[in-house]
Amino acid sequence: MDALKEKEPMFSAKNMGLIKSPIIKDNPITVQVLGICSALAVTVKLEPAIVMAIAVTVVTAFSNLVMSFIRNITPSRIRIIVMLTVIAFMVIMVDQVLKAFLYDVSRQLSVFVGLIITNCILMGRLEAFAISNKPWPSFLDGIGNGLGYSWILVAVALVREVLGSGTFFGIKLFDTPWWNLYELGYKDNGLMILPPMALILVGVVIWVQRSRHRELIEKN
Amino acid sequence: MAKSFSNQYIFTFAFVMVVIVATGLSLGFSVLKPYQDENRRIEKIQYILKAAGIPSEKKEATRVYSDHLIAEWILDPVTGEPVSVYQSDGTYLKGDRRAFDIDMKKLLAARKAFNEGKSKDNPGIPLFVMRSDKGDTLYVIPVWGRGLWGPVWGNIAFGTDRNSITGATFDHQGETPGLGAEINKDFFSDQFKGKKLMGPDDTFQSVKVIKGGVKNLPAEKQPYNVDGISGGTITSDGVSNMLLDCIRYYEPFMKKAR
Repeated sequence: MDALKEKEPMFSAKNMGLIKSPIIKDNPITVQVLGICSALAVTVKLEPAIVMAIAVTVVTAFSNLVMSFIRNITPSRIRIIVMLTVIAFMVIMVDQVLKAFLYDVSRQLSVFVGLIITNCILMGRLEAFAISNKPWPSFLDGIGNGLGYSWILVAVALVREVLGSGTFFGIKLFDTPWWNLYELGYKDNGLMILPPMALILVGVVIWVQRSRHRELIEKN
Repeated sequence: MAKSFSNQYIFTFAFVMVVIVATGLSLGFSVLKPYQDENRRIEKIQYILKAAGIPSEKKEATRVYSDHLIAEWILDPVTGEPVSVYQSDGTYLKGDRRAFDIDMKKLLAARKAFNEGKSKDNPGIPLFVMRSDKGDTLYVIPVWGRGLWGPVWGNIAFGTDRNSITGATFDHQGETPGLGAEINKDFFSDQFKGKKLMGPDDTFQSVKVIKGGVKNLPAEKQPYNVDGISGGTITSDGVSNMLLDCIRYYEPFMKKAR
């Protein structure tokens, strides 16, 4: 039987499901409600949000992969410490690479790259999936959860940057050579820049999502 | 998961894992360090240039810097005289140290030790003499202090009257985004343009970051205050203290203009 399983195609329906399900149905932020701390912190502007999203996706995928490779030789009594070491190693490497090659973005993200270590999505996926699954599905699961986290982050950042700062990737939207809404009395919404608004926006995403996927609504 | 491991195995596993991870990290760090140091050096150059009002692209920052640099001085804070002068052509007129290489954090600790009589070593303070795009001579001094969560630093540029600020830049390591972190934005640093460091009686005044609006102050106090950032009070106070603590060492140098 094992031999048959090995021949499962790399992008089989089951494997693709691992990528797709965390994007909507099992989204780490809106359904599992993991990792929302950083979702509040780095979503004021789009650029840091996108870099953060990539960083989290890379770290989740590769720590899942590494953990899955060593799952059979890891003593279960110290598995949490092993997971933390693997995650911390990945995060420090990502941080150092950003400092070397994307210095400006790394300055913007400041402490939040380091805080990926404490992002619950990582530990959650390692403990829930990678510890008991083969490397390739674990890797895909990591990518899927990273993407699920990413799109929420980018969506929230888009709303916050456009309404809060009136810019899109730093380009001014309402104060251009052709039109100037500020002269007509438009004002940027300062509340958008503050962390509570990110929480409210995540709440709105959860609301919309549950009204479209009614099976997500808790019964009691 | 039913497999059980002996204590010896667990310890060996943990030990091997730590050695592998430590080796990996040190390797990665030593490979990337030259790139990171270069980024920090260029950032420092760009901040000095920006304080002096000279725009620069990251790629050509080093060239722009040597074009606009007249000299890097290291001053004796007691006499206000230079003890080391490095010129942009790479030669030393006096001494053998570059102001650019001074670590402000270490310098401030050393100065504190000297002032308290704990050390006899009188460390020199850095000063950059720059030529602005208009051809004016400007002095730029680096400042370093503590914000709410970590260090804050910056550069203050002033003219040959050794009093009027012509530009400033600030940055921080990890101040609260949207609040204290705003000190590195232009709207904050632009407020320093035209402010004064010395009072009418020729004593050192510094510039304070205050609450409540500079425009509500009496006219004679306005040149010594700028508006703080709402919600960033501790960072604003950190900037005030930083300016006071660092620039006061330049008082003898400032007085020489008169």
